[in-house]
Amino acid sequence: MLEQNELTAFNQAVLPHLDAAYNLARWLTRNDQDAEDVVQEASLRAFKYWKGFSGRDCRSWLLAIVRNTYYSWLRQRSVQPELTPDGEVDDVEESFPNPENMLLQNADRELLKAALEDLPVEFREAIVLREMEGLSYKEIADIEGVPIGTVMSRLARARKRLLIYLTNATARNYL
Amino acid sequence: MTCTETKNLLNAYVDGELDSAGSLGVEKHVQGCASCLTDVENLHALASAIENGGLRFAAPQRLKRNVRAAIREANPGARRSIFNWRWATAVAAAVLIVVVGIQSVKRSEETLLVNDIVSSHVRSMMANHITDVASSDRHTVKPWFGGKLDYSPPVKDLTEQGFRLVGGRMDYLDGRPVAALVYQRSQHFINLFVWPSNNTTIKQEDQLTRQGYNLIHWTESGMSYWLVSELNFAELSECARLLKE
Repeated sequence: MLEQNELTAFNQAVLPHLDAAYNLARWLTRNDQDAEDVVQEASLRAFKYWKGFSGRDCRSWLLAIVRNTYYSWLRQRSVQPELTPDGEVDDVEESFPNPENMLLQNADRELLKAALEDLPVEFREAIVLREMEGLSYKEIADIEGVPIGTVMSRLARARKRLLIYLTNATARNYL
Repeated sequence: MTCTETKNLLNAYVDGELDSAGSLGVEKHVQGCASCLTDVENLHALASAIENGGLRFAAPQRLKRNVRAAIREANPGARRSIFNWRWATAVAAAVLIVVVGIQSVKRSEETLLVNDIVSSHVRSMMANHITDVASSDRHTVKPWFGGKLDYSPPVKDLTEQGFRLVGGRMDYLDGRPVAALVYQRSQHFINLFVWPSNNTTIKQEDQLTRQGYNLIHWTESGMSYWLVSELNFAELSECARLLKE
């Protein structure tokens, strides 16, 4: 149990990051209701661990909890995440796909969303943390519990996949 | 830097994660390599497409409410406590605003009244119209107010104590007709304004000075008294004391 002033401190420090927490959960689960469940559970966990939190970056701390909550939620549901081991040879070509920049810039939200949702989850979370939360490689590495080099490689492969997806979708549209 | 080396660093380069030496190396290579330049452009275009794509999900209000409620549930001790700092602060602030507001309204009303009292006093001297009824006999002055006012002001003769009753006059203060009693101490005139006050409690004497005039104010027996004169406070207080006797 927290004292009232500690509860207030928790609310003020953590609740402003609920949007970021939900955004990450929503991209991980790809579903509104599941995302709400994960954030709800993650908030309670954060509340439980609040006293032990030394307090440097609340957002990263909460996002790490959201991520852990998501993976335990997956285990509970006995759903295996479609993991792509980092050492595995990627199925994408060596050279970069080269979609027209104009097409990329005009890519509509639905197409981008479909491309992101098509990514393996560990690539997806790296993209969300980097492109939407603007976190550094170091911060992402801390959240994901992997070396910085792994973050870099995941981002590189995620982007390559995204570009391929968008190129193919654009090509289909013009066929 | 070779093409392969550069391609491995392109993501870190566009993410601003390379040190300056690494950044320079990539830039140098990219300037002379059409393939790498295209890759860089594509990475930038992808990043801005995601950034500007409206892809961020905002937490629904319902979720925010549920989280707050769940945390309250998880902290039953704090929930039982009715005392909530946020509310307490808000209520305290509201009370403070009201009190300060009332105080400042009261104060400004009082300031206006004091100014009016001083003006009435000055006017009564300048217009050479200090009394409507000139008499040192309180049995003449007191009845004179009858019919002119809806109250009967107490009239005291203090001639023997050195404050000669000069007479009475009708004046207008605080939005109503009031009785002005005039006393004289040597060459100095004293105006005593008297009117019924809503404040029935006995109020401590107030002493103040405006435009070189001294004022003494008190309330007693449902009447508000204002003494005003250029007389010094020592003698004016003596006059107030005698009037209260």
